[in-house]
Amino acid sequence: MSKEEKKVNRRDFLFTASYTIGAVGVGAVIWPMIDQMNPDKAQQALATTEVDISQVEPGKSITVLWRGKPIFVKRRTPGEIQEARSVNLDDLPDPQKDEERVKEGKDEWLVMLGVCTHLGCVPLKDKGDYNGWFCPCHGSHYDVSGRVRKGPAPTNMEIPKFEFLDNNTIKIG
Amino acid sequence: MSDHEYIPKSKAAKWFNDRLPLLTLGAHLTDYPTPKNLNYWWTFGGILTFCLITQIVTGIVLAMHYVAHADLAFGSVEHIMRNVNYGWLIRYIHSNGASMFFLAVYIHIFRSLFYGSYKSPREIIWILGLMIYLLMMAAAFLGYVLPWGQMSFWGATVITNLFSAIPLVGESITTWLWGAYSVDNPTLNRFFSLHYLFPFLILGLVVLHIWALHIPGNNNPVGIDIKKPSKDTVPFHPYITIKDAFALLVFMIIFAGFVFFTPNVLGHSDNYIPANPLVTPAHIVPEWYLLPFYAILRSVPDKLGGVILMFSAIFILFVLPWLDTSKVRSAVFRPIYRQFFWILVVDVLMLGYVGAMPAEGVYLVLARVGTIYYFLHFIVVLPVVGLLEKTDPIPMSISEPVMTGGAEPSLARKLNEKV
Repeated sequence: MSKEEKKVNRRDFLFTASYTIGAVGVGAVIWPMIDQMNPDKAQQALATTEVDISQVEPGKSITVLWRGKPIFVKRRTPGEIQEARSVNLDDLPDPQKDEERVKEGKDEWLVMLGVCTHLGCVPLKDKGDYNGWFCPCHGSHYDVSGRVRKGPAPTNMEIPKFEFLDNNTIKIG
Repeated sequence: MSDHEYIPKSKAAKWFNDRLPLLTLGAHLTDYPTPKNLNYWWTFGGILTFCLITQIVTGIVLAMHYVAHADLAFGSVEHIMRNVNYGWLIRYIHSNGASMFFLAVYIHIFRSLFYGSYKSPREIIWILGLMIYLLMMAAAFLGYVLPWGQMSFWGATVITNLFSAIPLVGESITTWLWGAYSVDNPTLNRFFSLHYLFPFLILGLVVLHIWALHIPGNNNPVGIDIKKPSKDTVPFHPYITIKDAFALLVFMIIFAGFVFFTPNVLGHSDNYIPANPLVTPAHIVPEWYLLPFYAILRSVPDKLGGVILMFSAIFILFVLPWLDTSKVRSAVFRPIYRQFFWILVVDVLMLGYVGAMPAEGVYLVLARVGTIYYFLHFIVVLPVVGLLEKTDPIPMSISEPVMTGGAEPSLARKLNEKV
């Protein structure tokens, strides 16, 4: 009896060891197959864009392409800034102060990923119920600070990482 | 599988068949006992096989001329339309073929719903069919992206962004699907690869679907179990093959009507504008066959909630055989279920209609009502009706209502008892 038990135990060990090594091997082969689908080095190399903003008049905006997505660069008038800051935060689905969405001292410049946070369409400017943007796909309204006010979008339009190189140039990414 | 053993006539055939019994399989498919009362709603299995083969053949030909690159794809499709010999014909067959495929599959699915073909012992056939349907939707979506027009690009953007609704890992999954930080050339490349793969996965599932069908045999309009072979059955060939062939011919006339007279009526003109990542078309809609699900997605004012509900609308069908509590298969003998069946048909058609309309005002209200009813049908109506409904008397065999003129199915039984 004890001899038999010993035999079974040794076999169990071999099974478990084989399955474990096998699983590690399969995992090691599967991971490259999955990871090859992530953005490659050529895609990652496009990570920064420099934009000349000297031609943008107050109240106007330009759209530039960064990583295949549109970036809205809007130069806001004092009235628009005032409007964005007078909003009661409790009225916002995704509460965020306008001050947190711009660089300090550069309040007129709103630099924002021009992608609706619902399903990725590009919202239209100067449309919608809040004097900002309106997404034609599923009807999300954004205000003059790019914050969602109405519709299925869950969050405000994203602010990308960017910096002012000088007064006329910004670097996105 | 057949009740009789097949023995090839010639010595050479016997030699071959002993080593690979393909001739036995052929004989099984020819003699396969089929209910003699199958109506034309049962011809769509054959029609769907035809659709799949048409898509594979035209697709392989198109791939010989198409270029899967963001800068060249749109031009290469126009090249197919204008320069390639008969390219216009092959592409129009392929693009309209997708619509015809879905038209046939929807009739096939609703036939199953009406006659209870999903019920025991055919649950696996039903589930395999749903897997085929899911792969069809994926293949159709991937294929629609390939011409790289405005609808291709923004359709791909919206659908891939559905995955960004998943908490925590959603954004990573979306980036992984794209292979970039937006829908871009890597996305197009992999979509082409997968679009070529999926039809062959479907083909494999179709083989399993038919295999699983040949175990219990066909359901039939009366929905009763029958003895096979018996007076209630006919051999598949030539009785069913000729009926399938006639139905296929009629189907092909309609198919050809679309291809030759209105090849673009089911498409969207915006897709003849090259993809532009800076401008979203004012009104984006998916292809007609996805509209009911699109309406469900848009009826929910919450991103994650909408995505969950849309996928649930499909996945609830997988548990349908266990939601329906009625033992009677065919709606012919279920007076209450029959009415709910038609309400569901109208509900799905209405969802399809509002899916094509802007998501506002009365359309939004209709979409919400339609969505709620869709789920009520499966979660409440089916289990409750199955328990409460008083079903009509069911005939003992397919031959019985015919012998008694069909007026009183149980009459034959009474007569037999008297004799």
